[in-house]
Amino acid sequence: MHYAIRTMQLALNWYLSLSAILFVIGVLGVLVRRNAIVIFLSIELMLNAANLALVAFSQTFADVNGQVLVFFVMSVAAAEAAVGLAIIIALFRNKETVNVDEISLFRG
Amino acid sequence: MSTSVLLILLLPLALSAFNGLMGLFVPAYRKNEWLIGGLGTLAVAIPFALTVRLFLGFHGEPEVASYFTWIAAGDLRIEFAYRIDQLSLVMTLIVTGVGALIHLYSIGYMHGDSGYWRFFPYLNLFIFAMLNLVLAENLLVLFLGWEGVGLCSYLLIGFWYTDLKNSAAANKAFIVNRIGDFAFLLALFIIFAVVTEKTDGAFGFDFTTLLAPETLGLFGAGTLMAVALLFFVGATGKSAQIPLFVWLPDAMAGPTPVSALIHAATMVTSGLYLLARLSPMVLMAPTAMTIIAIVGAMTAIMAATIAITQNDIKRVLAYSTVSQLGYMFLAAGVGAYFVAIFHVMTHAFFKACLFLGSGSVIHGMHEVQHELEHKGLLGSHGATIEDDPLKTVDLPYDGDFDAQDMRTMGGLKRFMPVTRWTFLIATLAIAGIPPLAGFFSKDEILFKAFELGYNGQIWGYIVWIVGVATAVLTAIYMTRAYLLTFEGTPRWPDAMDSQPHESPWTMTVPLVVLAALSVVGGFVGLPAVLGGSKIHHFLVHDGRGPVAAPHHELHVPVSIEWGLLFLGMAIAAAGVLFAWFVIRWGSRGPEADTSIRRFFGPLYGTFSRKYSVDELYQKVIVNPVVNGARRVFAPFDQNAVDGAVNGVAKLVQDIALRLRGVQTGVVQHYALAFVFGVAVVLALMLLR
Amino acid sequence: MLETFLFFLFAVVAVVGALGMLIARNPVSSALWMIMTLFAIACLYITLSAEFIGVIQVLVYAGAIMVLFLFVIMLLNLESLPSLGAMDWKNVVAFALGIAVLAQILAVISLRLDVMPVAISSAEAADATSATNIGIALLTEHAFSLEIIGVLLLAATVGAVMLAKKKFV
Repeated sequence: MHYAIRTMQLALNWYLSLSAILFVIGVLGVLVRRNAIVIFLSIELMLNAANLALVAFSQTFADVNGQVLVFFVMSVAAAEAAVGLAIIIALFRNKETVNVDEISLFRG
Repeated sequence: MSTSVLLILLLPLALSAFNGLMGLFVPAYRKNEWLIGGLGTLAVAIPFALTVRLFLGFHGEPEVASYFTWIAAGDLRIEFAYRIDQLSLVMTLIVTGVGALIHLYSIGYMHGDSGYWRFFPYLNLFIFAMLNLVLAENLLVLFLGWEGVGLCSYLLIGFWYTDLKNSAAANKAFIVNRIGDFAFLLALFIIFAVVTEKTDGAFGFDFTTLLAPETLGLFGAGTLMAVALLFFVGATGKSAQIPLFVWLPDAMAGPTPVSALIHAATMVTSGLYLLARLSPMVLMAPTAMTIIAIVGAMTAIMAATIAITQNDIKRVLAYSTVSQLGYMFLAAGVGAYFVAIFHVMTHAFFKACLFLGSGSVIHGMHEVQHELEHKGLLGSHGATIEDDPLKTVDLPYDGDFDAQDMRTMGGLKRFMPVTRWTFLIATLAIAGIPPLAGFFSKDEILFKAFELGYNGQIWGYIVWIVGVATAVLTAIYMTRAYLLTFEGTPRWPDAMDSQPHESPWTMTVPLVVLAALSVVGGFVGLPAVLGGSKIHHFLVHDGRGPVAAPHHELHVPVSIEWGLLFLGMAIAAAGVLFAWFVIRWGSRGPEADTSIRRFFGPLYGTFSRKYSVDELYQKVIVNPVVNGARRVFAPFDQNAVDGAVNGVAKLVQDIALRLRGVQTGVVQHYALAFVFGVAVVLALMLLR
Repeated sequence: MLETFLFFLFAVVAVVGALGMLIARNPVSSALWMIMTLFAIACLYITLSAEFIGVIQVLVYAGAIMVLFLFVIMLLNLESLPSLGAMDWKNVVAFALGIAVLAQILAVISLRLDVMPVAISSAEAADATSATNIGIALLTEHAFSLEIIGVLLLAATVGAVMLAKKKFV
């Protein structure tokens, strides 16, 4: 049906490049934003970038394992989001802030 | 032979380890006093029996038993070897025989002591070390025993270590002995340097090689004198001679059997044994011999004069020991090594008997003390009389109680007959009353000194005169000690009701045996005019024995020999009678010291201050060292050493203070570094 | 040409959404921009014939995780902050590093990637990675991992509840 869309004619490189761009945007988000929630979102973005690359490879080689891995990554991401957000809530309760540069308990 | 020697050596060691480890790890075992004491005594009695068997089967030729190679490095090759010859047999008989008696005695004496289980392992370990010393075939095994007896002496002086005074005495003994041990080591180094330089092949300090004429010929006269004197310095440490005698009187802090065994009968004679063992070498250094004789004579008279002023019964005996050791060195110095060993033997008998007798007395006085305490008649527990004799002569007994102070005793003969008679016999023996053991050995020493003077060496006369004076003093102070302790009337409070009792059989049997030996022990060494000395013949063995004698024969007319013999009797009797007269009939008890004091005049103060030797050492050696340490080394330590240590720490701290800025605690900075790392790694991979 | 067009369309949407998330001042806006990106990525999965993953993406990410995010943001009642305040040294370095890493990754992709696809038809690929096959793979070959993930999710749930409880910290 819709498989007329000839995916593989599109070079794998395009997908990987898009993945790289999204990943670097995620990195930048982690590095420059101070809000812990936005940093967390950026981490999710990086995970998605990696997922995109995985799916692209999986389709290119007609290998199901890549998508199984994506499935697991999503599960872990969900667990991570739950715990991470709980940590942020606990943090906010203690420090009245979610700005990471105001939380520096490890300062030497 | 080889098995016997091994058994003799290992039995004390094994039972020491057994009793010690069992006592250490099985607290219930500590209660079995009879088992511990019995095993401890057997550990010495069986070797004694074995030694007697070896002695009876001895044919006159030295035998060497080598067990394994201890050290093999370059030219050094030390065998773990032991030697059976006349000298080591005599010494082993003394050590195990007297040792077994004293072990038996300790069963009774140490009864009820909380450290009972420690005592016998230490004592057995001492016997093991002492046997190593006297049986050693080479100087290194001897040194092993030498250090071992030092260690055991330290352990046993500080046996009641909870009292700081006892620990201090133990430390003093150990440290003073270190000086002598250092000299001993220096002598070893010199010998090794000389011998390995001039000969090929391995050298192991074994006596067979070392004392052979060809080896001794390698040494120059000066080197030989240096070596002999260094060994003598080592001997002065162990055998408590001037200048290192100060530790022995303090060593009386240990239990009395220890004083008897280690600090009278055996260990303190090891210096003398060393000189006798090395006599072929020492005889070749005449100057060293003269020094040894003079130091011995000085020690003898000095200690004897101090002994007159002492009131603590064990201290009197301690100074007496120093004095008698001085006699032995005098004998060694005049070349009569066999007489020195003879005196070692007789002295072991009567001095052990005296010490054990004093222990029995102290045992009884402790009984009195406990009874008085029980009745509430003693104000302060165990308070001691002021240690200043000058002051206390005027204050004979001021109400405090010291179980070792002769001024609190008196009249003990009624309560302790066995102790009294044995003590009296030993006293007469040490005073030199014929025909007891001390007479023959002491007379022979004095005769040998006189002989030297008669044959042209004037210093022989000098040491002879000093020796005679010492003999008189010995008779006086020993009689004084006997009279103050056993005669007269009891001087402790409540003497009518609180009475001491005779000690148990484990303590009296050794006393009786030792007293008997003090009576007959002298007959092995009769003077030449009475038939000649058996022990001389045995030890010297016509020049082939282990103890060397001077090569040139000395001769003294027979009439003079007889004269000297009677002079010896006369001076001993004079000393005894003088003391008896002054103390017994002149005035009673401690007040008699007043007349002795009057007799010596201002000298008495010097005697009672013990010639201020301790104070002198404190002033000349200890204080400068301590002050030097405070002025020079403490600043050096604080500034240079601590400075270096603190400087390193400060450097690290400064670096860390700068570096800690990196650890901002802001997670993003860490992430930044992380990404930087990723970029670097990627760059490296791309550029590869 | 359609697939090329669709790819670029969704790619642009995804990048715009990501950038929007990056520079939005308000966390709520960030989250909404993020949702847009996630949808775009889901669409890309569909165009790759990976329908199962695409659907999961919408369900799990856009549907569950992002809703959780929005809940938390609103729960904490965060004031909006200047997102990219003063360009301090840290941000400058971060941008420089980001550009550098991106350039490096792109260089790797364009220069060093030798694993060019062999001739596999998209139909073939779609068959191989159909939901059926993913399910079979998950419940056979990766059954153990699947169980572990289940335990992990349970642990995360418990942990999140514990952490978010008022009395816990």
